[in-house]
Amino acid sequence: MDNILFLSSFVFVPLLMLLGLWLARNINQVRGVMVAGSVALLALAVYLVFAFLDARAADPLSEMLFTGAVTWFEPLHIKYAVGVDGISVAMLLLSAIIVFTGTFASWQLKPLTKEYFLWFTLLSMGVFGFFITVDMFTMFMFYEIALIPMYLLIGVWGSGRKEYSAMKLTLMLMGGSAFLMCGIFGIFYGAGGQTMNIIDIANHTGGAHAIDFAQQCIWFPMAFVGFGVLGALFPFHTWSPDGHASAPTAVSMLHAGVLMKLGGYGCFRIAMYLLPDAANELGWIFLILTGISVVYGAFSACVQTDLKYINAYSSVSHCGLVLFAILMLNNTACTGAVLQMLSHGLMTALFFALIGMIYGRTHTRDIRELSGLMKIMPFLAVCYVIAGLANLGLPGLSGFIAEMTIFVGSFENAETFYRVLTIAACSSIVITAVYILRLVGKILYGTCENEHHLALTDATWDERFSVICLILAVAGLGMAPLWVSDMITTGVAPVVEHIQNASHVVSQSNPFL
Amino acid sequence: MDYSQFLSMQQEVSLLAVILLVFLADLFTCGRLERGEACALSEANGSTCGCRFRTFFPMVLLVLHTVLNLLPWCCEGCAQVCSGKEAFGGMYQSTPMMTIVKSVLNVGTVVVFLMAGNWLKRAENRIKENEFHLLVLFTLLGMYFMISSGHFLMFFIGLELASIPMTALVAYDKQRYESAEAGAKYILMALFSSALLLYGLSLIYGAAGTLYFDALPEKVSFSWLTVLGMLLFISGMGFKISLVPFHLWTADTYEGAPTVVTGYLSVISKGAAAFVLFTVLVKIFGAVDFVGVWNEAFFWLIIASITIANLFAIRQKNLKRFMAFSAISQAGYLVLGVMDGTAQGMTALVFYLLVYMAANLGAFAVMNVVEQNCGKIGLDDYDGLYQTNPKLAFLMTLCLFSLAGIPPFAGFFSKFFIFMAAFNAGHHLLVFIALVNTVISLYYYLLIVKAMYIKKSDAPIAAFRSDCGTRLALLICLAGVILFGLAGCIYSYIDSFSYGLK
Repeated sequence: MDNILFLSSFVFVPLLMLLGLWLARNINQVRGVMVAGSVALLALAVYLVFAFLDARAADPLSEMLFTGAVTWFEPLHIKYAVGVDGISVAMLLLSAIIVFTGTFASWQLKPLTKEYFLWFTLLSMGVFGFFITVDMFTMFMFYEIALIPMYLLIGVWGSGRKEYSAMKLTLMLMGGSAFLMCGIFGIFYGAGGQTMNIIDIANHTGGAHAIDFAQQCIWFPMAFVGFGVLGALFPFHTWSPDGHASAPTAVSMLHAGVLMKLGGYGCFRIAMYLLPDAANELGWIFLILTGISVVYGAFSACVQTDLKYINAYSSVSHCGLVLFAILMLNNTACTGAVLQMLSHGLMTALFFALIGMIYGRTHTRDIRELSGLMKIMPFLAVCYVIAGLANLGLPGLSGFIAEMTIFVGSFENAETFYRVLTIAACSSIVITAVYILRLVGKILYGTCENEHHLALTDATWDERFSVICLILAVAGLGMAPLWVSDMITTGVAPVVEHIQNASHVVSQSNPFL
Repeated sequence: MDYSQFLSMQQEVSLLAVILLVFLADLFTCGRLERGEACALSEANGSTCGCRFRTFFPMVLLVLHTVLNLLPWCCEGCAQVCSGKEAFGGMYQSTPMMTIVKSVLNVGTVVVFLMAGNWLKRAENRIKENEFHLLVLFTLLGMYFMISSGHFLMFFIGLELASIPMTALVAYDKQRYESAEAGAKYILMALFSSALLLYGLSLIYGAAGTLYFDALPEKVSFSWLTVLGMLLFISGMGFKISLVPFHLWTADTYEGAPTVVTGYLSVISKGAAAFVLFTVLVKIFGAVDFVGVWNEAFFWLIIASITIANLFAIRQKNLKRFMAFSAISQAGYLVLGVMDGTAQGMTALVFYLLVYMAANLGAFAVMNVVEQNCGKIGLDDYDGLYQTNPKLAFLMTLCLFSLAGIPPFAGFFSKFFIFMAAFNAGHHLLVFIALVNTVISLYYYLLIVKAMYIKKSDAPIAAFRSDCGTRLALLICLAGVILFGLAGCIYSYIDSFSYGLK
């Protein structure tokens, strides 16, 4: 019971924040509630990391720690079940950091500040809830809670073609969850219809039995595509550039930084973990699709002229790498995938925060109209360079660690099929360098051609604070990755082992093997 | 005659008592003709006591009736009789599940009464205020008999009792051309569907020689005659539930009827019909051969209802027509619970009904109060509602999200469970098509949300304070939309009775 209360506080704190926001009478109270809440969440997440490391040292065998369950819908075997492993602890920490910095990034936001933070908090409640549960029903519920606020956040507070983007994003993601719901039903009834608990279904305990192979082959694509839509899987990624470009700054941060990770996490935890035979059999199809995402996203980013579009396509490429790595199905690659989630979450949030700040001053995101910003706003420009370098994988920053681990892991698979794909995906690093360096050169250096921009000011204290927090996290992850990656490996290893030990390991349908 | 039989019909008897009391109160409180003047006078004097009495008396009685029938002692006291509660030689049957459904309908009717207060106060309606309450209560009584019938004739009488006063309600604003037209359309369609249904019943009677529900299962053998009878029965009920292709009356009737009546029609009448359809099919046509046939029929009915209604809803500009198509597609989801006639399906259906009632009545309450205050009902009129009436817009948003199946609102749970039931019965393709359709439905529900929050308007709906009745109604609906899903015990409670059916 203590475990449930402890982990559920990740949901209760946002609930209290919602209540506080509802009662708040002026903007200072709203900000106060948000700061108090996000600090509490960050503190909780940090405390959870240490508590988890201690508990893991004491109990290296169980897959999930801090587990607990309360019956919710008894006739349908639905429980509110919580538990965390190394992966979800890392994700919770990431979410807490992004929510914390996102609060400061939207410090000056107007109008309807209160409503904005209400939906923002609801979104973060969905995200936190998603990572603490181990029951498919609650997981799906929190997943959907996280999706719908996006519509209003983009539609009301966004910019550009916001109505179109908001509708497109919502409908595509909800379309994905239609597939996902079918997949979840398939898994639940395929395993006997006795338990929704992920661990029980995977280990065939608690009344669950192994899911028939033919059935797995139907439900695996459904579940994978369902989560894959959110993870920007090609060809279902088209919501992402429009959505990110139209969203307000903090929403882009939260969405690219955390929400897209729900996709990768869900693919790994539900689609692959619960349907291991089909994951081995059909994984190759999705591996090719994600390979396309990685390279196509990078190339698309090269030809964009809007700062946010560049970053959005870059996200497609990097999130594609996450799915690519988990489909490689070995410990190193999967650890790399989770590291990439962390690293991409932090650096994309940093990127979007900076773009928002630049846009807030220049009122344009078109790179053809921007130049010489380094002299005008040195702080923002330097941070932008750091974010860019993290994005292209400079050693010492987080991107390098993650991509290195992924490619080393992918190359461990000896078959030609995997090797060719790995080499193709590696090319994305080069393309990333092309667009990042070109971009930095174009907008930051040179002389400023627009005299209106000469009078602009540098970052204010709240902006500096949120940016510095993110840079510290990016650099911290880049310089001392071991404690995180060890923690992640403890979570990844049982899942990968489970999939590798499935009864059906060699893919019969893959024509390239 | 054994008068103790009436005791087993306690719900019907107590509702009848309510009707009589309302009727008597109407007779004796105020002279019919001078009533309007009296009210105007008393309002001018600052005391609205008499008027309040006439509005709240039926409501208080109905609440009392609901509570009395829900109280645990009622259930426990009759627990011995509960298992096989019958009266009049099997003409009347009652099970705990039926009691639950009746109570759900009661609560919905109370909400409708609360919504109606402001509308009934209008000058042209004052004179017939109590007729509204009486007519609604009569239809409710009809639904009670329909639900609890143990014989097809009893069922038919209940059905007619539920339809004919409904026509009067639809045409209640008789000075308005659309309302009168809607009434005419409704009565013609109701008669037509009753005729179809009666023809089906006569075929069944011809084949089996009895109309008692208890005797029928052994007597009906699988033949073209009985299958035709069953299909005619399904079509007749399809009119009531407004499934495609029997939905053509819906949009016009919903648009023309007074908004309060539309709300009543779309939830209470539809819900009762869906439940009866389920129970009758399971009781009488529960044999495997029949189940195969009605599954096939419902497969196409559901797909047609959900898809066509969703596509039509996208193009509507009038909110009431819009909600009509939304209600048709919701009916499609509701009937998903009927597939295979499982206990899980029945629980999911009743739960869906409960949640749908809260969400839909909430949306109608907002539409009604806006219409009463500003006379606006078009989709474009709602542009910028959040700027002027944030609370109403927010409540409307919650109700629409619930209808669209967005968590943490109750609609998500009810949709999830009803899909789960159909999936468990093996209808995977059907569930998938229905799920894809939820995305289309989300699109048009979001159109309203977009109008309220995102669009700007030159002439927005002016800010106003809604009346107490509407506020209370909205509060009940809000509580329902939030709590019905999160409180798992409600579903479990319904589930514990779902096999009390047979």
